[in-house]
Amino acid sequence: MLRFMKVIIVGLLCLLVAAPAALAGDNVVIKGSTTVLPIAQAASEAYMKLYKGVNISLSGGGSGDGIKALVDKSTDIANSSREMKKQETDLAKSKGVNPMAHVVAIDAIVPIVNPKNKVKDLSTDQLSQIYQGKITNWKEVGGENLAIVVISRDSSSGTYESWGHLVLNGAKVTPKAQLQASNGAIVQAISKNRYAIGYIGIGYLNKSVKAVTVNGIQASAKTALSKEYPVARPLYMYTDGAPKGDTEGFIKFLLSKKGQDIVKKEGFVPIK
Amino acid sequence: MTRHQKEIIIKNVFFVFSLISIFILGLIVVFLFREGIPLFREVSLRDFIFGMEWYPTYSPPSYGIWPLIVGSLIVTIFSSLIAVPLGVLSAVYISEIAPPAMKEVLKAIIELLAGLPSVVLGFFGMVIIAPWLQETFDLPTGLNIVNASVILAIMAVPTISSISEDALYAVPNEFKEASYALGATKFETIARIIIPAALSGISTAIILGMARAIGETMVVLMVAGGAAAIPESIFDSVRPMPASIAAEMGEAPFRSGHYHALFATGIVLFLMTLAFNLIADYISQKFKEVGSATL
Repeated sequence: MLRFMKVIIVGLLCLLVAAPAALAGDNVVIKGSTTVLPIAQAASEAYMKLYKGVNISLSGGGSGDGIKALVDKSTDIANSSREMKKQETDLAKSKGVNPMAHVVAIDAIVPIVNPKNKVKDLSTDQLSQIYQGKITNWKEVGGENLAIVVISRDSSSGTYESWGHLVLNGAKVTPKAQLQASNGAIVQAISKNRYAIGYIGIGYLNKSVKAVTVNGIQASAKTALSKEYPVARPLYMYTDGAPKGDTEGFIKFLLSKKGQDIVKKEGFVPIK
Repeated sequence: MTRHQKEIIIKNVFFVFSLISIFILGLIVVFLFREGIPLFREVSLRDFIFGMEWYPTYSPPSYGIWPLIVGSLIVTIFSSLIAVPLGVLSAVYISEIAPPAMKEVLKAIIELLAGLPSVVLGFFGMVIIAPWLQETFDLPTGLNIVNASVILAIMAVPTISSISEDALYAVPNEFKEASYALGATKFETIARIIIPAALSGISTAIILGMARAIGETMVVLMVAGGAAAIPESIFDSVRPMPASIAAEMGEAPFRSGHYHALFATGIVLFLMTLAFNLIADYISQKFKEVGSATL
């Protein structure tokens, strides 16, 4: 009887402790920017479904970490939401790594307000002042005499990072800014609040909110591609030299019609 | 197999199951501390707890969670201000005043309230209460302390009400009979005899209700607004600790400073709810009525 008990105990403990270890090797390792992560995630899921047996291992960590991993040869693809810096390229070359950039999507971020808000256009400088909490009333930017409620994203999000980079030039967002955890939640909050301003990826725009033009330029796939629209940037995947094998397959897939549809679905501008 | 053997087997099986739940809890605590403690290689405990700035993704990052702690405490206190009278008085009504039919209906409704998913309540706060608050009081935003407190109160009422009711129910009949025999009215009996006799149980109920409010995540993420600043009025937005953890954990790079800071915030939250539970336990032990009034 006691033996029986022991079997039960050991069995339960095994269930608790033993995590099923993945023993298969990874064919493609992708690491880097959290902005690019949703694209890479959706694309790798689709790719692994298409080509059974291919194993793609994916992690975030930020553009810098991705590039570092590429230089250390611990990743096949480095996702980056910016171009590689000169020091990084130099370091890569000194280690015999030859980074090759692939633009996979364009990230365009649109400031939005409630449809009742009369403000149509804001300059990047005005946006920056608003988000730093220096402009606090709509009348200072040509609107009604109403307080501005600044809505921002959680600080981990790639959209937050891009916005901070392209509009605020690295200045800190005011701590009074409200936080919403997703593009959808921002749209929801703005559609209910005529005091509020927020920003979202261009793919999330709908009729319940009004897109504000930036420096007089309307955000669209076209103006983002031509770089006229200031709050847009290309998203990169870096490889060591020309990609080979599954890495090549994956990047080709992402640049194909199917891959670019995924890009669009994730709320980014496709490159073609 | 004798009856005695069966008895031993059953005893052991139950023992193993209780051991497993303790084991799992232990693992969670170990994991929480293992992932949170490394933060203090980067910042001091003082700068973390009392730091005014939460900018975890900038360089250099600042990991100050004081505004988050204040946010948590404020919504908890305000929600208790609403939930305690509602919960305790409804428990008094249900256990002492209501006719039996009414009692059944009310108990069922309060239990139903306890079963509402927090995301449903959060959504209610976001699309109904927030616009209403904003228009009625002409506010810049309806996602604020008041909104979050109201929703958290709705969540805490069932906890407070049902535990208080058990405590009131446990007050022995002799107490009431003695009170009536002395010529006291029903109100006097409730206010001077029954409630004081059940006070330790009611206090436990209140503290457990507060613990429920401070740990609640979805509601505060959706309706508290999420400003990581010390609020200046009750209509300002705040960001309680669970909201910050839930919003940022998903994309915080694994084992980065930000990741450790979120776990360390979790430790603070864990210690706070632990304190609430210890206080509740202490009160129910310390003020335990002796004799036939033992609760």
